[in-house]
Order: sequence, then structure tokens, then C-alpha cells
Amino acid sequence: MSFGLSIGAGIGVGINLTPLPWKITDDLSIWTQNWPWTPVPPDGEVTHAESVCTLCPGGCGISVRKMGRRAVKIEGIKGYPVNDGGVCILGLAGLQLLYGPTRIRAPLRRTGRRGEGSFETITWEEALAELADRLSGLRAEGAPHSVACMVGRKRGTVPGLFRRFMEAYGSPNCFWEASAHDTYALTLRLMQGVDGAPGFDLERSDYVLSFGSGLVDGWGAPVRMFRAHSRWREDRGKERTRVVQIEPRLSNTAAKSDLWIPINPGTEGALALGVAHVLVKEALHKADLVRDHAFGFEDWTQGGVTQKGFKTVVLEKYAPARVAEITGVAPDVIVQTARAFAKARHPLAVCGRGQGERPLGLHECMAVHALNALAGSINIPGGIACVPADGQPQWAAVEQDEAARAGTARPRIDGPREGISSLAEPLVHRLPQAIAQGKGYPVQALLVAGANPFFTLPDTRKAIEALTKIPFIASFASHMDETAMHADVILPDHAPLERLQDVPTPPGMPYRIVGLARAVVEPLYKTRHTGDVLIQLAQAMGASLGDAFPWDSYEQCLQEAMGDNWEAMQEKGYWTEEQPAAPSWKEGFSTASGRFEFAPAALLRQEPMAALPQYVPPKADPDADDYPLTLIPCQSMRLANGAVGDPPFLVKTLEETVLKGNDLVVEIHPKTARISGVREGQTAMLWTPVGKAKVRVHLFEGIMPRLVGMPEGLGHTAYDGYLAGKGINYNGLIRPVEDPVTGHDVAWGVRARLTVA
Amino acid sequence: MSGMQGKTRNGSSGGEKGVPGMFALNLFLFLVGLYASLVIGWLVFPKVLYSQKVQPLDFNHALHVEATGDCESCHYFRDDGSFSGIPKLDNCAQCHEEMLGDDPEEAKLVEEHISRGREIPWLVHARQPDCVFFSHAAHVKKAEMECEICHGPVGESEHSRVYERNRLTGYSRDIWGKNLAGIKKNSWDRMKMDDCAECHARMKEGAKEACFVCHK
Repeated sequence: MSFGLSIGAGIGVGINLTPLPWKITDDLSIWTQNWPWTPVPPDGEVTHAESVCTLCPGGCGISVRKMGRRAVKIEGIKGYPVNDGGVCILGLAGLQLLYGPTRIRAPLRRTGRRGEGSFETITWEEALAELADRLSGLRAEGAPHSVACMVGRKRGTVPGLFRRFMEAYGSPNCFWEASAHDTYALTLRLMQGVDGAPGFDLERSDYVLSFGSGLVDGWGAPVRMFRAHSRWREDRGKERTRVVQIEPRLSNTAAKSDLWIPINPGTEGALALGVAHVLVKEALHKADLVRDHAFGFEDWTQGGVTQKGFKTVVLEKYAPARVAEITGVAPDVIVQTARAFAKARHPLAVCGRGQGERPLGLHECMAVHALNALAGSINIPGGIACVPADGQPQWAAVEQDEAARAGTARPRIDGPREGISSLAEPLVHRLPQAIAQGKGYPVQALLVAGANPFFTLPDTRKAIEALTKIPFIASFASHMDETAMHADVILPDHAPLERLQDVPTPPGMPYRIVGLARAVVEPLYKTRHTGDVLIQLAQAMGASLGDAFPWDSYEQCLQEAMGDNWEAMQEKGYWTEEQPAAPSWKEGFSTASGRFEFAPAALLRQEPMAALPQYVPPKADPDADDYPLTLIPCQSMRLANGAVGDPPFLVKTLEETVLKGNDLVVEIHPKTARISGVREGQTAMLWTPVGKAKVRVHLFEGIMPRLVGMPEGLGHTAYDGYLAGKGINYNGLIRPVEDPVTGHDVAWGVRARLTVA
Repeated sequence: MSGMQGKTRNGSSGGEKGVPGMFALNLFLFLVGLYASLVIGWLVFPKVLYSQKVQPLDFNHALHVEATGDCESCHYFRDDGSFSGIPKLDNCAQCHEEMLGDDPEEAKLVEEHISRGREIPWLVHARQPDCVFFSHAAHVKKAEMECEICHGPVGESEHSRVYERNRLTGYSRDIWGKNLAGIKKNSWDRMKMDDCAECHARMKEGAKEACFVCHK
């Protein structure tokens, strides 16, 4: 025993006389601070490649920092007109969409049951042949009209190529998702007789009255709005811009505004008319525009009958006391808001709820726009002006053959439109029902590009049931989303940073700016640009299709489409024009009367009484007794809710009041909690007439009583483990509500009930 | 306690004259342990800790410095101010697109790397852990330090040295220094944090000793 001690002591003393213990300690600390499995970005020469972000319609100029061939960071381009160096959280995380595990790496063919996610890899030749055979077969059978296609957005050359493809192929069924932008475009066409998009000169406005628009929550071009917001907040003394936010919930925008006016959801239009009442009654409106350049403000006579004008109607029907009953906003708040709005030098009223990605009621939009007319804020600095549409692609017209002519002459699957035929736009929300009920003709094939209808369509479960009946679904997705999971063939597109495309003028911009998204890295996998695939497909199918797609590549086709603007786009990365001087009131209105029409002629022809902006109360809901609450969506910059899913970085930023573990958290007022018998953090069952979901409850005094606020963008079943299975899909709990005039789905919520789970 | 005492007593009573002998034996064993650990610590440990790696090519710095005139022809600053470090293949190819002499190492360069477009997998003696931010520009351009202060007279070497890789950390032996006891004769003998701090502590302006200067 003592011998052992002796040796041990010798070793103990000896080892301390060598560098071993100190060196080992040091090495261990270096090792633990630089775990060898932690990825380290490669070092090397840094280059920057410029492009335009395509993850939302916001169109920010981005500069991608690269190390060799690898993109390592996305930054905003300083001096780019939209974002001037800024970038949003989704744009920043864009690299994860490029390098993440959900990319589709090669063309795939379904092998298992639909939706099961079993695929086999096939070659591009096989994939194109499969699609071409299927489509040619249907055409030969005389049923080209039974092919439908869904593209995410209306504008841009890739959706344009799909419309062109369908036209040459012979189907009227090309669908895209409408937004508040489309409602605004209709409003401008009806009230001002101009075609284009609304341009808001928000930077120069000094009083912004927002009817539920999430100005810093992703509305319009999000990064432009952040910058505008910073400008509003600059200390300019009395000149400082005031922001008044009208919405049922204390959103980020409401929290950062000067005044938050909580309002019963869906009654924003009534409040706008209440404000109009005060302006007219107290003669605070700009008399010159209304007197000299407007029609329908005063009463008028039509066919010997006196029609009530806007003035008479708002004075009669929208007194603050009555509007207070509808909206829940106190009469004196209405009066003071109207006075402040009128007193401002550059007041501006805007609408489009949340991020403005959903259409809104035409009358609501017209009521808000009428406020701008009363304030004279049309076509002046700090106001709203019509921005002409980006030029149509300068391609030769399609020469249809007999089959194509017969096919496109068939009625669209979403049914004949009631109301104003000139406003007819495809109504994508009607598609599942049309398929399920088998009205008209069956849909034999569906092509989906830039959209994820298996996640975004309202009443998602029923929509999936209906769409799954379609015998053949082809997806052009770059990521394994819900729709791709249900597809028969996937022809994967490049990821955003790998592809060339045009980026149309972002929503709300006061001038046109068309960006050029350029590939900043070589394609990582065996993917192909959807534009190229369409060209190859059309040429393989021949007939009138081949003639309509004469290009060698998408790049050539894009160049032709951009015409004279191409050179500037190549050189600077975008084409723009100076903010045009808006036409004067004398020349700016191209309606039948040549004036701003409070009562648009196109609506007057339909129903004279319904032409003026008005508040239409919702139909009495038979479910009202069973569902005493209203579910509304909460939209956030941290939750992508459209065709693009949240990358892992974004999911990580969600607070525990949005997503706790995998549980979705809904917001309710403490009073609602008392009535429903639920407590903070408790699990509850949320019921709507469409479905039910298990949720957790968060008590929040920033949401009005009787409402349930639900984050939108969660509840994916596809993508990776960072997103799939987290939370509940809001779309699965709602159902479409059509605007009586436009037919758009304008639902912003649904009746709901909360019970203890 | 009583048991211990008993044992001691027993032991004492059993071998009175064995005490010096036992002491000598214990001392011997102590010295054996001491000696063994010294041998392990000074001779065996370094051999076990470091693996020996040969550079992909035997590079003659002296020859190249003579031909090009300075370090910066190959180890240059890029336009954006960042330092290029070890030259990429393109840099070598500027002169060695084809053979200039008849050295077998040059033949290896041309045949195995330049003509096949394969980068040379150099083993970098001076590579620091990723948690350290180091700007060559700040040291060479602003502080006007000579390359030798940190890197030694590399430019005079005629052959590539053996690269000794620390099996635990993966870094070169040059960082800790050739001498495991940490004895340093030249400024370039070691590249540990203390060696950086030695200079930084003497700096007058700014927060040059702050952690975040190097650990961003």
C-alpha cells in the first residue's frame, strides 16, 4: 500500500513538473469552445451578388454576401428605392430556404397513396413526358378546359406565362389569389375611372388614419413601411406625423401608433362613414374637390327621380351615435378623429386588414377612399394616387387553334359571375366546392406554381378532400410543401436565390419599380426554372402551344417581355421612373362624368341604391348562439403565412404567447376567459362552425372582449421538423365569405366558441 | 483510531531495523514515479498529442521571395482590405501554368493541381480558432508591423516544415509554441492569447485590451 503511495506521489510531483497538465487543460478548453462538429463558414474572398427578394411581394433589393460559391448573408442594398439598405426577418433567413433540408432535389413521381409523401426520383425527360402526355391526352379528348392551374400571384412574367400557356392550350381555368390590392384597384377604377394600383405617399403624409392595416406588421412593401414609420417618428415638432390605428387588437402597429381605436371587427367601413358624417356636418371637407370635381356628393336627378347623394346619406344614416352602436367606438372619439383628420395638412386614410394579403369588402374600401376625397388627399403629395400598371409583357398575341378556342370559350369552373361582369376575376376559394359538387365539368388535372392551396385555402380539410379528387396534380414547387406532398408529379423550380425573374411594383409604392431577381448562386440540385419548363413543355406538345412559346429560354422570354426596360434592369437591377406628378383633379378622373364618383356609374347601372359607399351589416348568423365569440387572425412579420413557410430562424423568434412547444396560443381578454371558464396558460378547445382545435390560452387586455386572436401561418404538416406539426392552421378553421359585389372571399375571421378541454 | 494505533505499533515492533530500508525503498519508488512521469510528460506526451503531417508540396519560400521580391506578391491584401492569406491556385497558375524548371515538386504542382484545377490542401500553421477575429490590415497596414513579428523568418525557409497537428484541438503546434514549457525566445515562437495581449497591453489609444476587440 505504501509502495503505491510512493509511486503515486512521485508521479504526482513529476507530472506537475512537466507541461502535461497545463497543456491538456488548455487544449480541452480550446476543444470545448470550438466543438469540431460546429459548422464554421469557410474563409476566403468575399464577393457580393445583387438581386431582388421574392419571398413576399415587397420587392426589396438585396445584396448577398458570398464566400466562394456559398452565399453566407443577405443584406439590403443601400440606395435601392424600396428598402434603402433595410431587410426584414424573413429576407434575412432566406438562406435557410436555399440550403435547408426541404428543397426538392430532382423531379419526383408519386409512388404511394396521395399525400403520403412517397416519391421516386425520375429524370427531367420522364417528368416532362408524363406531363405532356397527360395534357395532350386531355386535349385530344376535347377536354382541355378540364385542366386548371393555380399561380400564387397575378402579376409577373411567370404567372403571365401560365396564363399564356392556358390560353394556347385551351382552358379558361387559371386562378390566382386576390389581395386587398385588387379591391383597391377596383375602387380606383370605379370611383376615378383609372386603371392601376393605389400608390400611397406615406412618407409625406402627416396624419395616417389606418383602418386595420398592419403598417409595420407586413402591410404593403414591409421594409419600405418600416422606413416610413421611422420617418414618422422623427422629432419634427408640430410637423411630426400622427398615426391612428383602428383595429380590434393591440397589434405591433397599434402599439406604435399615437392613438389606438379598438373597434368591433368588420365594422371599419361604418367608422369611415361616421368620420365622413362629421366632416360633412361640420363642413370640414375640402369643398373645392367635392364641388367642382365630384359626382354623387350632392343629390342628383336620374330619369326624373331624385337620388340621394353621399352627403345626404352619411348625414342621415351615419351619425356618431349610430356608428358608435355598430363599431363600439365612442361618439366623441369619432368626432375628434374626424376633426384631427381634417385639420392635418396631408391626411391619408388607408385600409386592407393586417398585411393586406386578403381582399376586403368593396364598400369598405370605397368608404375609406371617400374620406381621402373629402380631405382632398387624392393626386397630391402626401396622398393617394393611381400608379399605372406595370407594362404588360410585350409578347406577340397567342394564335389559338380550334381546340384552344373551343376550350377557352367554356365557362370557368368557379361558375358564372353575378354582379359586375367587368370586374370578373377568378375566385379561387370557389374551386374546392365546384370540384366537390361536380357542377359544370370535372377537373382532370391541376397545375400549381408559386402557390400552396393545400395550406392556404379556407376550410382546408374540405378543400384538400376536394382537390385530392383531381386525378392528376403537378406541382412546380421548390420546397416540399403541403401541395407538393399531394402531387403526382413534381417538377421542382429553382430556389429563389437561384433563379431569374421580374419582381413587379410592390404594393402601395407611389411609383413604378420593376426589380430583377437574379441568380446569386448556381443551382444546387437538379431543378429547372419553371419558365424554362413551361417553354419546353409547350414546344414538346407542339400545335398552337409551340408557336406561342417560341423562345429558347426563359431569359430570352423575360428580355422580350421587359422590352425597353430590360437594359436598365440589367444595369441597375431594377427599372423605375421618377415619381410622376399626379394629374390635377380636373384631368385625373376618367369616369363617365369626368369627375370623382362617390356613386360610381358602373355600380349605378346595377343597383342605384347600392352604388354609394355604405356599411352592409353581416347577415344574421344562424350559428351566433352556439358560437358567441369571433376568431380573428393575428399576422406578424415573424410568421410567413402564404406559399412560403417559416424558415427555422423565424420559428425560433416566436414568443411563448404565440407558440409554446408545439401548442398554438390564442389571445383572449380576461373577461372572455371568465365567461369561457379558462385560465392563463390552460389548454382549451376552440370550436368554429368549420372545425375545432386544441389550443392554449393567453390572457391579454390588448384584445377586445368576445374575440379570440389566433396567429396565422402555423399548423403546417409539410416542410421540416422545424415547422411541421407546430401549432394550428388558421385557414382550417375559417370559411369563405363572399363580397356581394366582387365575389372575393373577404372573410376576416369566423364565429367561435372556447371551452375547457 | 485505536485499530490504526494498534497496527502502527505492530508494524513498529515487527521491524525496527527495517525503517531506513523501507525509507530507501519508498524513496526509490518515489523517484521511479517521478522519473517515469517526467519522461511521459516531456517526451511521450508531445509525441502522443501531436500527429505529424507532411505538407502537400515542398515549398521553397526563399526561392519565391527572391523571384518576386516580397511577401505581398502572393500574400496580398484584396481590394476590400481583407487579407488573402494562403494563395489560391489561381495565384500559383499566374507563373506556373506550365513548368518553369525541372523540380519534381513543381511537376506535382502543375500536373496534380493546376492542370486539374484542384486547390492545394495546405496545412496552415498560423490558423487560429474561429472564435478569434483577426484583421491583418489593422496590424500590417495601420500598426505597420512586419510579417516576421508573428510569423518569423518564413521567407527564408527552403523547405516546408512538418505540420504538427494537435489531436485534441485540431490546431497546429505553432499556436502553443514548439517548446511545450512555454519558453519563448522570439516574438514569433508562440501565438496564444497572452502573446497578443503582450502587445495590446502596451497600446495607448482605444480599448485595445477589451475582449470584444478579438472575440466578436
